[in-house]
Amino acid sequence: MKKYAPVFLLPTGAAFIIAFAAPFVMGLYLSFTEFTTVDSAKFVGIANYIKAFASDSSFLNALWFTVKFTVVSVVTVNILAFMLAVVLTKPLKGRNFYRTVFFMPNLIGGIVLGYIWNVIINGILAYAGVDITYSANYGFWGLVLLMNWQMIGYMMIIYIAGIQSVDRALTEAAYIDGATNRQALFHVTIPSLMPSITICTFLTLTNSFKLFDQNLALTGGAPGKSTAMLALDIYDTFYGRIGWQGVGQAKAVVFFVIVALIAFVQLYITRSKEVEA
Amino acid sequence: MSGAMSVRQKWGYYVILTIVTLMFLLPIVIIFINSFKNRFEIMSSPFSLPLGESFAGLANYISGVNASGFFKAFGISVFVSVFSVAVIVLCTSMAAWYITRVKTLWTKILYFAFVFSMIVPFQMVMYTLTYVAVKLNLDNPVGIIFVYLGFGAGLSVFMFSGFVKSVPVEIEEAARIDGCNPIQTFFHVVFPVLKPTSVTVAILNAMWVWNDYLLPYLILGAKYKTIPVAVQLTMQGAYGSVNWGGFMAMLTLSIIPIIVLYIFAQRYIIEGVLSGAVKG
Repeated sequence: MKKYAPVFLLPTGAAFIIAFAAPFVMGLYLSFTEFTTVDSAKFVGIANYIKAFASDSSFLNALWFTVKFTVVSVVTVNILAFMLAVVLTKPLKGRNFYRTVFFMPNLIGGIVLGYIWNVIINGILAYAGVDITYSANYGFWGLVLLMNWQMIGYMMIIYIAGIQSVDRALTEAAYIDGATNRQALFHVTIPSLMPSITICTFLTLTNSFKLFDQNLALTGGAPGKSTAMLALDIYDTFYGRIGWQGVGQAKAVVFFVIVALIAFVQLYITRSKEVEA
Repeated sequence: MSGAMSVRQKWGYYVILTIVTLMFLLPIVIIFINSFKNRFEIMSSPFSLPLGESFAGLANYISGVNASGFFKAFGISVFVSVFSVAVIVLCTSMAAWYITRVKTLWTKILYFAFVFSMIVPFQMVMYTLTYVAVKLNLDNPVGIIFVYLGFGAGLSVFMFSGFVKSVPVEIEEAARIDGCNPIQTFFHVVFPVLKPTSVTVAILNAMWVWNDYLLPYLILGAKYKTIPVAVQLTMQGAYGSVNWGGFMAMLTLSIIPIIVLYIFAQRYIIEGVLSGAVKG
């Protein structure tokens, strides 16, 4: 079998090295250099990292904006998705229709989605004589609204699958013991849904944290750079400021480290849950 | 039985569900309605119906399609998505099977590298990947398929190997004893068994590639616009003098193919996304 290794591994392996591994290693190295093109890189130590945090406030602003946005999105998306899932697992007519409609926005790409909401939010704000770039608050809540519209249906189907797999006998037993609907929900259904809740929390967390397309299309960071999230700030540093590519790459490394930490926390929580169960 | 609902409760739920349904459908309906109105009406009263004077017929569709080269963009999007997905499903399933069945230090390292790549955000490699792609002449609709294979390999290999582990090795041994070489074994025995995972991998990658903006923008640019790039460049290049009617028509045309596909493949899409979420 081993002599067949090239047939099985070469296409994927070569593409992986060219499109991921080599750019990743180069990116790590370039974050310690000053460059305007890749060939002109000069080693400068950790100067880029210092610059990223110290010489302008855009990165820290973006980090703070991203954290705020992520927290609000995770909470709102998951609560609303869970409530819809509870309703849609009751014996109601047309459940499938509702499920289909609520999931649909998830299939529309971030750029198109961003402009749909750009048109609608600006249409509403026009009655007050302003638009979404008038204040960072409008941009913030616009993004939260968009994120909810896109993610609720997706999280809802995960919760529905979770609720349906909870042992019916458990809830029936609770009802026989005299539990009300509310008690059955909070003491039986939700505790046995912890795996679904973990998955949904981390899916919304990473999706919100890495948001780019929607941010670009809805506000483009305006007014000023006040609604630019991390990914957009990194993009602007790379392509918007000549001579700052090294700083952009350093910001990208920091961004990667944060995302990796989130992933490890998720892995740790999932693993420890599995041991319990 | 206290699990049952009263009639009143039931109606309460239907009212809530109807309101939520409207909230999910209205944004798309509003874009659709506006695509038939002239630009002044879109700006002054975005929520009115296209009646009488304000009705623009198909004028917006003609101007929007012409200005943005929409049909060419649609063709490029279809080409890149279909072939990227086909190549990803074929190549990563082969790689995943080999990695799972042949246990050496190298295949273990490779597997770890694939899983690792799943947590790396695109911004980390954005600049250097563009550089490598241009150097290697991958900055065209065929070359980008190779880039998608490399960047999409992580999740796809991960999902395929998860499934291969559950496939009993005995059927493969039987095929080998019957005289199949590994390539025949893979295509006659293993690949058909992997079908459910292939569908999931295909759906997840199709959604990603079709909607992807930054990678095709950086690598293909304005020369070979995909739909998301065409939409973004229309707005970016307008500097305040936006042809709003044409833009609404473009948004509508971008959404329609997705909705049509969704109506036909709804069950596969929801199941695919669901199993992708649980594993990823």
